[in-house]
Amino acid sequence: MLSLHQNKKITSPVITALLVGLLSSFAFGSTPEERGLEIAIEVDKRDNGYNDSTSTLEMILGNKYGESTTRTMRNKTLEQPDDGDKSQITFDNPRDVKGTSFLSYTHKKGSDDQWLYLPGLKRVKRISSSNKSGPFMGSEFAFEDISSQEVEKYTYKYLKEETLNGRDTYVLERDPVDPKSGYTKQNVWIDKERYIAMKIDFYDRKSSLLKTLTITDYKQYLDKFWRADKWEMVNHQTGKTTILNYSKWNFKTGLKDKHFTKNSLKRSR
Amino acid sequence: MKKSIVFSTLLLAGVYSFASEITGYIGLEGRGFLDNPIHENQKNNSLSTSLSLEYFHDFEDDNERIVATGYARKDSSTDGRDHFDISELYWWKGYDDFELYIGVRKVFWGVTETSHLVDVINSSDSVENIDGEDKLGQPMVSLLYEQDWGTVELFSLTGFREPTYLGANDRLRSELIVEKDLTTYESSQEEKHIDFAARYSHVLGDLDLGLIYFNGTSREAEYNKKSVEGKDVLAAHYNQVEIFGTDIQLTKGDYLWKLEATHTKPKSDSSYFSQVGGLEYTFVGLANSDADLGIFMEYQFDERDHAFGQNDLALGTRLVLNDTQSTEFIGAVTQDLDNKTKFISLEATRRLTDTWSIESELRVFTSVDSDDSLYDLREDDYLQVLFKRYF
Repeated sequence: MLSLHQNKKITSPVITALLVGLLSSFAFGSTPEERGLEIAIEVDKRDNGYNDSTSTLEMILGNKYGESTTRTMRNKTLEQPDDGDKSQITFDNPRDVKGTSFLSYTHKKGSDDQWLYLPGLKRVKRISSSNKSGPFMGSEFAFEDISSQEVEKYTYKYLKEETLNGRDTYVLERDPVDPKSGYTKQNVWIDKERYIAMKIDFYDRKSSLLKTLTITDYKQYLDKFWRADKWEMVNHQTGKTTILNYSKWNFKTGLKDKHFTKNSLKRSR
Repeated sequence: MKKSIVFSTLLLAGVYSFASEITGYIGLEGRGFLDNPIHENQKNNSLSTSLSLEYFHDFEDDNERIVATGYARKDSSTDGRDHFDISELYWWKGYDDFELYIGVRKVFWGVTETSHLVDVINSSDSVENIDGEDKLGQPMVSLLYEQDWGTVELFSLTGFREPTYLGANDRLRSELIVEKDLTTYESSQEEKHIDFAARYSHVLGDLDLGLIYFNGTSREAEYNKKSVEGKDVLAAHYNQVEIFGTDIQLTKGDYLWKLEATHTKPKSDSSYFSQVGGLEYTFVGLANSDADLGIFMEYQFDERDHAFGQNDLALGTRLVLNDTQSTEFIGAVTQDLDNKTKFISLEATRRLTDTWSIESELRVFTSVDSDDSLYDLREDDYLQVLFKRYF
């Protein structure tokens, strides 16, 4: 009993050290790049399998004088087995763009496919996805910020561990692969336990800090998928803010590819 | 009371999604003409109001829908623009493999900016605007079949909607006015002729492709001079035509390449070819701002000597500020390459509040050649301001 106890006392730090060494070389890459990529893959993996989702979204645009405008839209997303998600956003407010819908096929490699439906003209327009750095609906979110975050769209570098709002996080740097991106790099704080992004710093083309996104009010759905109700983007250079409030999340609603075509886009309301 | 009925219906609908809504807008439009009119009783200014009302109702787990849209305009200075139209009144049902539409619809086909050649389903509501983008509702039965290899749509167009014509006191009218009572048709069934149309469309990566076929009453009239009680007027004649067409857009990076082409075969006349094609390039984030600046060029060609765009080059620019008010400007100059005729169009739109927006347009016809199809509009340069109140 005593000897055993003594034994354990002696060996446990050794085993722990061995285990940590083994784990870190196994579960985490030996270079910061490999480790960063592995964390990004884990984030993606943990969100796999939701099939499809729908939600409503309120977007509050604020300027530096404290004035704000609100717009509302509905969102639906469909997972693709071997590619990025398909998604559609339909506007409800402001009224002049009511019914206007935006359809996007995200691709892991190459540029995304995007179409815009203009209800007044009953016209579907294919639009260039190379405007990814441009503001989405006059907000502080660029198209690339709201589009599906595929692992392949960035290269990664593990930076450090840090405590953020009382939670342990990994801090990664990710650099957009696409030269059309408006960013040189992003720093992402990822919750160690839940593998979800809690904060992102965006650096502009001159590598100075442009925006900070804080993602809060996460809720878990179907015992697996974490979705945040509040996304707050602050532009440090202009003082403008945009808050996204998500609500009415639904998963596995039975959406299919036929609900994400140019034809279905024309029927969006 | 009404609200509680709607609410309880919503509750009854239970798990099925159930939506219905009435929306629309009131438009207040002012037009000022920059030159004195050619014809008597034409005015330099006009004010007019328009109303668009739209109702839709989804049911059967979103597999069925009813849509009804009405449009009306009342003009202060003339009566040629006053009209009411049922733009949409249809029932839609989605089956497992296909979709069915029965009723009055508006269908837009095409990709280009300065001309709409393959947009052949609906007749023009010409009194609304000269750009040909305003259309009358078309009664039809149509089937849509969507597969991995493309989408096929078949249309039986049950009856022709005669385009609207401007009156004697309206600006932007032709030299002679069209006398509606004199309209004739090639088909013995006249406007009751049932037309057939089909479209195949597909997305192949960067390429959006469409092929169209139309067989029936031409949406474009042939005009003949007639004399009624000693006064010269125009009589519209609608031929039977067969149209084969294509619309193609290639989206490559900051470039959009666009082409529309049609081959029209009138039943009792020689056939002709028309095309419009070009490219658009966008400078994203102009001078480190949020704004995008697009430039576009389109070449229009038509084998018929007196057609609009028989040999014309359009150069244009689009400035999108990407601001909270969604401010946009589009300007284009269309130059006839056979004579000096120039058509300049400037449009600007901006949101004012959540429910109000402003749209303005300036249209100028300069150096108009007496042989050009725009000659009748040579003194009709105008500035239009439109306020829209949505509800």
